[in-house]
Formats: sequence, structure tokens, C-alpha cells
Amino acid sequence: MLDQILTITLKDLRSEFRGKEAINASLSFSVVVLLIFSFAIDLSAVEPETFAGGLLWVVYAFAGVLIFNRSFAREIPNDCLDALIAAPIPGPALFIGKTIAAFLLVFGVEMVCLPVYANFYDVRITPVIFPLVGIIAIGTWTMAVVGVFFSLLTVNIRLRELMLPVIFYPILIPALLGAIQITTSLITAGAIGDENQAWVRLLFGCAVIFTALGVSLIDFILVG
Amino acid sequence: MDAIALEGVWKYFGDYPALRNVNFRLAPRECLALIGRNGAGKTTLLRILGGFSRPAKGAVHINGGSPRETATRRTIGIIGHGISVYDELSAIENLRLFGKMYGLSDVEAQGNQLLERVGLGRVKEGLVREFSRGMRQRLAIARAFIHEPTVLLLDEPFTSLDDRAIAVLQSLLAEAAGRGASIVMSTHQLREAMELATQVVLLERGQIVFDGPRTEEMITDPGWVYSHYGDKG
Repeated sequence: MLDQILTITLKDLRSEFRGKEAINASLSFSVVVLLIFSFAIDLSAVEPETFAGGLLWVVYAFAGVLIFNRSFAREIPNDCLDALIAAPIPGPALFIGKTIAAFLLVFGVEMVCLPVYANFYDVRITPVIFPLVGIIAIGTWTMAVVGVFFSLLTVNIRLRELMLPVIFYPILIPALLGAIQITTSLITAGAIGDENQAWVRLLFGCAVIFTALGVSLIDFILVG
Repeated sequence: MDAIALEGVWKYFGDYPALRNVNFRLAPRECLALIGRNGAGKTTLLRILGGFSRPAKGAVHINGGSPRETATRRTIGIIGHGISVYDELSAIENLRLFGKMYGLSDVEAQGNQLLERVGLGRVKEGLVREFSRGMRQRLAIARAFIHEPTVLLLDEPFTSLDDRAIAVLQSLLAEAAGRGASIVMSTHQLREAMELATQVVLLERGQIVFDGPRTEEMITDPGWVYSHYGDKG
């Protein structure tokens, strides 16, 4: 099973790096949004740390959708999805393989954006870099699980680029709230703090529950 | 044990019954020509056999197992309407990918051998997106045969193939039949189908109206089944 997961992950990463469609769009979108907000907000009138988590996760969530959309859409040309369904790979292996690939791509974009964000908004992230990257990784995994699952659900819809965000964001609200609270706390207070432990549990809970749901439901979605 | 057995298979699209109580059996080493007009349910039936779609009622067995079982899927080779290869990967990367998915032990050697066989050995490192239509079709054929399937499901396999791809497919099919593979082939090209088939099934509006062995009359007159059992309307 691990072999099959790795095969799918490497296939998706190789395909994406050959075409660079989603990663280029996602990266440039993130940088442009960060740049526009830096002009739009008067940084001398507000403390940038107070909205740090919100702004960062809004950018990550929007940038992520551009990559999640491609996760199963790249199987549509030449009917490659049929070949994957016909292959003797368990549905969960296909799902986890694709989720890991999407996670790595989004996480890569986020890691490029993080110093850009810190620079534009004059936010000090170096003292909290390790817990911050950890929280970004967990939040991104949760987004990737939900995004890849709904990417499969919407893959045959003509307006899938529109439909995916419509169903993706509402489901993701609890996890995003958790990630925003923890990130803001890390940047403003330099620690997660006891008062945010419930948010940490919520974020971990979402990651585990959404992963379990995706793994258990994927076969029903793959075969109509 | 039958290579393929369908028992009372029904499939609905909304309220419309696309397949109505379909039953047939195919013994190992046999080749079944699935014929019928457009919309008769041939592709739907092949999709159920291939495990892409579940029947509303009835049972499907391939080599004694469900088409969705991993062990069963390892034995099935499919050529559908699409070529099912990745444009962003090279020819050998595509075969490597599918070889790994099918758990082949020596993917590299088998991939190279098959690429030579379909005439793509010299361009094996080339990206599929740079291939001509004929080259892509031959790669798709190589992809379907890489794991030496014992059950082949072919949906209009000769449609839109160039003559070189047809020759490659015919030779691989003959070799597979020699190995003991069972073949189900939906097609409108009756002459080619009758030459390969040992059994013929005619589908009309989701129902089997003829199921029997291929006879000499069918070779002489490929439209014989239609003229004797088909809807005259």
C-alpha cells in the first residue's frame, strides 16, 4: 500500500512540475494578494500582528483551492481517471497519495509566501518559526484532505472551478478558525498559550476526522 | 470456472433502464463480440464489467471475483474511448507508472520490451504531449497490455486507430488469446469482430436479443445477426 501511495504522489508531483499550471497560479496569486493587502491596509494605524493569522490563512486557503482543483482535474484529459479506477490500487491509497501530493505543493507555496508576508507586514516570525510551521502543516493537511475529496466530487461538473470553493470553504470553517486563532496567538504572544488549547484540539480533530472520512468514503465516490 | 459471468444485471440512468436483466457467460479463452446500435448499452455493460460502475441489480463475476476486488482488477486489461495515458509523462514513465500500479516485478524490462513491440522504442523518453495521434494510440495499447491481462475489455478498440496501430492491436490480441485470455469487444466494425469472435451477443435497448456462438454465416455476412435478430425499425 505504501508503494502505491508513493507511486501516486510522485506521479502527481511529476505531472505538476512538468506543466507548473497550478503551482505557478497559486504562488503568483498568493504574492499578489499579500502585496495588495499591504497597500490596502495602513500599517501605521493598526498592529499587523492582530490580523496576522487571519490574513495568512485567507491567502493560504484561496491559494490552496487553485492546487486542489487540479488534483483530480488532471485525470480528465485522455480519461486517465478511468485507468486509475481500473488499476488494482485501493481507493484509500489513491486518495492518500493524491492528498500528500496536494499537501506538498500547497505547503511549498506557503513556505515561499511566509517570508514575503513577514517582510511586507513587518511581522517577526523567526522566534516562533517551528511551532508556526507545524501549525501551518496541520492546517494545510486538513485543507488538502477536504480539497482533494471535493476535487473528486466536482471533477465531472462543468463549473468545477467555481463549485469546489463553494463547498470547500464552509466545511473548512472550524479548522480555519482554529488555525487562525493559533497562528495569531503565536505571532502576537510568542506562544500558543493555555487558552488556545481547545483550538489546537479542534484543528487536530478536524485533520483526523476529515482524513478518516475521506479514506472511508472514497470508494463510494470513485465508483458510481 | 467462467472467465466472465453476468447474472440478472440491471442499470438505470435516472428512471431509464440502460441495461435490463442482462445474463451471459464467457468461458476462458473465448472472445465475445458485443454488438448493437449506438445507445444499446454496450459501453454501460463494459463499464460494469470493468468495475467503473455498479449494477442496480444483479451480479458480475470476473474470474470468480467481483470486478472491484484488487486481485480481480490485476487480471483485467481495458481499452476504452480515451487513451488513458498522461501527456506530461514520457512513454516509458507512463508504462513504469502503470506497471508499478499493477505490481509488476520488472517494470523497466517489460515496459521497454512493449515499447519496442509497438514501435515506440526510439522515442520512449519523449513526452506524450509531443507524440502524434498514432503514437499515442500505440502507447495506449501498450499500457493496456503491460500486465498481461487474462480478461480484456475493449470498447470499440479499432475505431479511429491508424493502420499501424490496428496491426499492433491485432497482434497483441492474437498473442493474448494464445495465452488463454478471454476477450469482450464492443464494436461497430462487424467484419473484424466476426473474424476474432467465438461468441456473439447482440444488445438492443439494454436487452440481449441474441447470444450464441459465432457461425460461418456471420463471417460470410457480418450483418447476419442484425438481419435475423435485430430490430427492423
